[in-house]
Amino acid sequence: MTTDSLPARAEPRPGDVQKSTGRTRRRPTLRIRAGRQHHAGPLAYVLLAIAALTSLFPLYWTMVAASTDNTRVTQTPPPLLPGPNLFENLARAWDEAAMGKAMINSLIVAGCIALATVLFATLAGFAFAKLRFKARNVLLMLVIGTMMVPPQLSVVPLFMMMSDLGWGQKLPAVIFPTLVSAVGVFFMRQYLAEALPDELVEAGRVDGAHSLRIFWSIVLPIARPAMSVLFMITFVHAWNDFFWPFIALDMSNPTVPVALTQLSAGYIRDQSLIMAGALLGTLPLLAMFVVFGRQIVGGIMQGAVKG
Amino acid sequence: MAASTPVAPAGGPAGKHPAPGAPEDSAPPRRRALLHRLDVRGAPYAFVAPFFIVFAAFSFYPLVYTSWISLHRVELATMNVMEWVAFDNYVALWEDERFWNAVGNTITLGVISTVPQLLMALGLAHLLNYRMRGSTFFRVAALTPYATSVGAAALVFTMLFERDFGMINWMLGLFGFDNVDFENNKWAAQIAISTIVIWRWTGYNALLYLAAMQAVPRERYEAAAIDGASRWQQFLTVTVPGIRSTIVFTIVLSTIGATQLFGEPLIFGQGPNGITGGADNQYQTLGLLLYEEGWKNYQMGRAATVAWVMFLLLVLVFVIQRVVRRAASRRSAPTRSTAS
Repeated sequence: MTTDSLPARAEPRPGDVQKSTGRTRRRPTLRIRAGRQHHAGPLAYVLLAIAALTSLFPLYWTMVAASTDNTRVTQTPPPLLPGPNLFENLARAWDEAAMGKAMINSLIVAGCIALATVLFATLAGFAFAKLRFKARNVLLMLVIGTMMVPPQLSVVPLFMMMSDLGWGQKLPAVIFPTLVSAVGVFFMRQYLAEALPDELVEAGRVDGAHSLRIFWSIVLPIARPAMSVLFMITFVHAWNDFFWPFIALDMSNPTVPVALTQLSAGYIRDQSLIMAGALLGTLPLLAMFVVFGRQIVGGIMQGAVKG
Repeated sequence: MAASTPVAPAGGPAGKHPAPGAPEDSAPPRRRALLHRLDVRGAPYAFVAPFFIVFAAFSFYPLVYTSWISLHRVELATMNVMEWVAFDNYVALWEDERFWNAVGNTITLGVISTVPQLLMALGLAHLLNYRMRGSTFFRVAALTPYATSVGAAALVFTMLFERDFGMINWMLGLFGFDNVDFENNKWAAQIAISTIVIWRWTGYNALLYLAAMQAVPRERYEAAAIDGASRWQQFLTVTVPGIRSTIVFTIVLSTIGATQLFGEPLIFGQGPNGITGGADNQYQTLGLLLYEEGWKNYQMGRAATVAWVMFLLLVLVFVIQRVVRRAASRRSAPTRSTAS
């Protein structure tokens, strides 16, 4: 469960990590300029426009279909412009398709997972980046090794465990297995190794601060940009996680992706209602992308640099 | 390094620093030094402990236990009753037609969703790497499908690929094609499903490539340009080798993702045919088979067996990939290799 909750990344490359993180760009980064920087010709714009259109059209069309009614959706040619029923359909999906409960559940699940992942990843990342202890390298290799374990391998015993614990069909069953992320640990380690000067940690020690105090007053403020990026990416993954929640939860208490399967299962015949449900389940993340899209893009690119 | 200066804390508190752990300030120096050493020694382990505890409890232990379960007959309704059957589950799986069908589908779906995806991502990254107006918009737009959950994406594409009123058949109709039955025709269904995968992940991979491309030193392009290489040749001889390790990395990631394909075929299947991957299992993947054995046929032992076989398949793919790569690199050994 812990393996795939983030964009994994290749090995570090000193110098890339702390630049261009978060909102505060102190100076234009050199590396951005270092790559190939031909000006785009008209053809490049046309191709990119097609790519953007392909990316966005299915979402646009979800909105179109969700705003009309069943008869209009199933006509040929299909509708291309929004109709008048958007809010009515969204309200119906909220009630009839149980999307309301699903969204609250997803908010709880993704929120808990993202908070815990960020906290634990920052703690461990700090230890791996700046503290000295025996077995540090061995443990770090272990963390990286855990990324290779596919989640399917653990679902059967996990399902048994959860029913033993009395968490069958309950939210803790999907929260606990995903509380940590190997990729998150690695991401924070890379960031702090670059962004946190050794002298600051030493100065804290000299002042007699204990490790937790150093973490709280020195590490956290510096780690904040990376933490917020990690939070958003983890939130997206946790919100969209499907395989295990589908097994662990049922329709009486679903998360959004689980509730969406019910829409496809044929109980609901109204196509525009199905699309309204799909739209509702995606809206929070789309809103996040509209506001923080640049930061999320930056976070994914930052973690991706080759080794 | 701080561990080597045990005297430091005694000298520190005199300064402006507010007492960190309030009560300790008044403690005798020796006790404080001991606490300090304990803190320096122990804290790192405490900081990394949450990760390992959660991983051990919810990933490693289940992983080991899966292999034990796969040697038993366990039913969903009575999960505490485990009957030892040795390798019967494996034998039964080996002789099961549905298993080989699922292996085949997993491989074909994996190939037709991964190969075009990564090629398109490479092209898209190349375009995004130009200096241009609106680059942030194009990047965010390319990543937006990644924010769409499998469920929502599969529902929308199910409708776009619908046989009678779907937009894709409508567009094919404009070019004079007959309506395609994207659910019941095996290859049409697999193409439709891989379209969902490609749509969701191309932009994400493109951003990984883009980040790597920006780290390729400019001088290499200049050198290639002086040698008279066209832009296309520069792309092939400078860009692609320069981001080679990222390409390998995305291949690994997409291969792992492809062996686990589950949500897209499940939801694309619609209704009763979801878990079986279509009426004739025409797009049932190993992930779906695992679910069907465990939660539809109530055979947890068999589900665990499928899980192990999926893992073995993944290992096998990587072994083959390694062998092929080694053979390939031996053949092209004399060429200059700059990538690490």
